[in-house]
Amino acid sequence: MTRNQRKATDFVIDVGLVLFGLLMLAPLLMLVANAFKSPAEMVAWPPTLIPANPTLDNFRSVLGETPLLLWIWNSLSFAIMSTIAIVLTSSIAGYVIAKFPFRSINVVFALFLATAIVPFEVYMIPLYFQVKDLGMLNTTQGLLIGYLVMSFGIFLIRQNVLASIPDELIEAARIDGAGELWIYWHIVLPLLRGPLAALAVLAFFQAWTSFAWPMIVATRRAAYTIEVGLALFSTGYTVDLGKLSAASACVLVPSVVAFVILRRNFVQGVASTGMKE
Amino acid sequence: MLRRRRFRFAILALLPTFAIFAWVRMGPIVQTMNLSVRDWDLIGTNRPFIGLANFVELFGDSLFLTALVNTAIIAFGVMLLTIPTAMVLAGLIHYRTRSRFAGFYETSVFIPHVVSLVPAAMAWKWIFDAKLGPLNALIVSLGGSPQSWLFDPNLALFSIIVLCSWQALGYAVLIYLVGFRNLPTSVYEAARLDGASGIQAFRFLSIPLLKPITLYVSVVTLVSGFNVYAQAFVLASDSQGAPGRQVRVLVLDMLENAFRNYRVGYAAAEAMVLLLIVLILTGAQFALLREKGNSK
Repeated sequence: MTRNQRKATDFVIDVGLVLFGLLMLAPLLMLVANAFKSPAEMVAWPPTLIPANPTLDNFRSVLGETPLLLWIWNSLSFAIMSTIAIVLTSSIAGYVIAKFPFRSINVVFALFLATAIVPFEVYMIPLYFQVKDLGMLNTTQGLLIGYLVMSFGIFLIRQNVLASIPDELIEAARIDGAGELWIYWHIVLPLLRGPLAALAVLAFFQAWTSFAWPMIVATRRAAYTIEVGLALFSTGYTVDLGKLSAASACVLVPSVVAFVILRRNFVQGVASTGMKE
Repeated sequence: MLRRRRFRFAILALLPTFAIFAWVRMGPIVQTMNLSVRDWDLIGTNRPFIGLANFVELFGDSLFLTALVNTAIIAFGVMLLTIPTAMVLAGLIHYRTRSRFAGFYETSVFIPHVVSLVPAAMAWKWIFDAKLGPLNALIVSLGGSPQSWLFDPNLALFSIIVLCSWQALGYAVLIYLVGFRNLPTSVYEAARLDGASGIQAFRFLSIPLLKPITLYVSVVTLVSGFNVYAQAFVLASDSQGAPGRQVRVLVLDMLENAFRNYRVGYAAAEAMVLLLIVLILTGAQFALLREKGNSK
């Protein structure tokens, strides 16, 4: 292939990829655009990306009809607590499993990993009854019970400890008289900052986007998470797409912004899910 | 002595996490197994053992069978649409790594995977809407006739597959990109010196070399396809608020049996069927991987 031919091919590929990328984003862009449109403009063909007469009516009526901000708050507090729980449990368990080679501990690790294969949906119903018996339906704690631990998190931390924390380092600290807990807190955790950030972002988005579990645990309108609230709002009788778009845009824009800021952590976390074998 | 102390620390440190696991994971899993062979109407306190009666009934239950077939069509449909697209896309993105837009390619494909499910599904609800949607408007302007995408059972299935693939694609592309980056460059150099074109290199080198990744991504996509719920709930629910009338999927059928029909044992049996499917898929993945290892 000559140099020019090569350049031409590259150009064609670039154009194709840019178009495909825009196509992937189009539904989301249009959703945000629709949120600012009047009902008449929404049905216009071809659809406009920038509304001719932008209006905030949709937002106003959604905020008037639904406790949207409360739902967002519910999701936010649930997701933050779940992130803290998963980061804590994963970092301790992952570290111990990596650096304390006792046979009984390996058995425990195998059990942790084995449960990862079982989809949440399979054991969701008995878990619901546990939450119910504790009187925690419609509470954030109740939601949290389903999202306290993550097998993959333990695995991720274990791999990182094995790869990046040498035994000599821990041994040296022990000789200097450091306690095990001190070592974990002052030596291990700071060295794991990267993977912990990746895990935190992963855990946060997992809880933030969860659906089936909050759907059964939260049955009162005031306890809905944003996903459940929106879904049930969308099946209501009188709802029009303009309002739905406005409500969706309120959720979408912050999460896209958060993703763009945290992109590196996120991609690192998700990419490492493929490294299981 | 030292070893003993270390062991004690390890046990103490693991104990809380292990207790949580036992409480919120292993316990409920065992409970599901236990309930699946019992008859429990949610209200009564006795849960008589009825053997495999739930499972026998399931396979004569037309609602369950519809859900099973729909879910399988969605799962395999998403896989067939996502995997080849993701592989080609990742190959092209990898090839254009030095392009000015490389960051945009990755991000734009990945964003649909991270945004919340329900708002994203709303966007597609509008696209597929029979009266207001741009899809029908486009079809009409091209001289076709409008379709009721979300109300016709077959078209609704198709719509769900499109939505799920749109979301699954980003993950698959990301994993493939990691795969492409780890491929040995020397092999490609050799192929190029032998005069192989880019397409030939993709066909005869990348595809076979990436087979373990293809297997992994396929199984992950299939498993999440079998757990489809939110997408069907939002996309294919009618205006009376009766979700899933158009497209019944496994998780929906299970939740209906548990919470609307008060048949928890029966729902647990459905959960066991779902688990069995997942175990078979994962088992097949490992078997195929091993087979490949042996043939080398």
